[in-house]
Amino acid sequence: MGAAVPRLDVAARRLRKNNAETGMHELPITERILSVVLRHAEGRNVTRIVRIHLRVGELSDLADEWIQRYFSYLSRGTLAEHAVLAITRAPIVLQCLDCNASVEIRRESFGEAKCPQCAGTRMDLVSGRGYFVENMEVQ
Amino acid sequence: MSDAVKLIEVKEDIQADNERVARELRARLAARKTFLLNVMSGPGAGKTSTILRTVEELRGRLRFGVLEADIESTVDAERVAACGIRAVQLRTGGLCHLDATMVEQGLEALGLDGLDVVIIENVGNLVCPAEFDTGAMRNVMLLSVPEGDDKPLKYPLMFSVVDALLINKVDYLALSDFDIAAVRERVRKINPRVRVFEISAKTGQGVREWAEWLHGEVETVVGSAAQAESHPGRA
Repeated sequence: MGAAVPRLDVAARRLRKNNAETGMHELPITERILSVVLRHAEGRNVTRIVRIHLRVGELSDLADEWIQRYFSYLSRGTLAEHAVLAITRAPIVLQCLDCNASVEIRRESFGEAKCPQCAGTRMDLVSGRGYFVENMEVQ
Repeated sequence: MSDAVKLIEVKEDIQADNERVARELRARLAARKTFLLNVMSGPGAGKTSTILRTVEELRGRLRFGVLEADIESTVDAERVAACGIRAVQLRTGGLCHLDATMVEQGLEALGLDGLDVVIIENVGNLVCPAEFDTGAMRNVMLLSVPEGDDKPLKYPLMFSVVDALLINKVDYLALSDFDIAAVRERVRKINPRVRVFEISAKTGQGVREWAEWLHGEVETVVGSAAQAESHPGRA
């Protein structure tokens, strides 16, 4: 018992701001959004980023309100300070494994989906996950 | 100097970086014939016990190491290490999941020499770990009977990204109204390819069938190198 186990604090090495108490997965996602938009603003004579259009998969359990809050916190002192995140949800699209027909469904009916063409129930997820920065409005 | 607003097209996938790190890690591990398995579940579903049972079941056939992820504590890694299994505790400091870079750091600390399989015990959480590719070759999840049979309806993403679902604590079935057939049907609808195993990490019921499936997946992905490498004298 009491075997010595190597310990590694994996997150502390990477987070610029130690926000361990509140850290959820919105935080690393938000950090990535910030670094992507700042990279795209570089060398383009941008004085500030006004608005960022994000597309988020309907299946992603990321709360819009919290991503904006984290973003506002992390972006202080950068070109993206005060930027508004405009979030649109990308629909869940399933494809039937039997007849290849695609169907767009609501999150609530994900587990109850049926193929509109052959009524098959073996459906594969085609889209509805992930986070994409579409574009941004800058000055 | 103009105040006019202009539009910059970005078109970037936020997870592209993690997915690239994960892909590269998977390729490197495959090249050195090390299999990486990601085990996910809610808190208390029995991940650690199931991992210990699995290692025991395959002892002498595959050599295991374990990466234990936890927000803060080290109890799981100590439990695994006490069983003589090489383990590293990854403390995520509040983050609710592991990503591929964290796993890479963990594998470096663990050391891969003499291991055929590394099992990642992800942070106990049915939401976030489903969104991040860890670099694992297979992803599995546990759902334990006391958690209830409605979980595939509540956390569809997790159930849709895994290769196998282990329904654990089936020794509790008699005390519960958990409907295994309903779970199988709900999961099949969102993930038709998933393999479902009914196990009890406590009694050992069903563990062999699951372990044999895992062994088969290891052979499929990294070949049957394990046997040859288990005689270091011949190297």
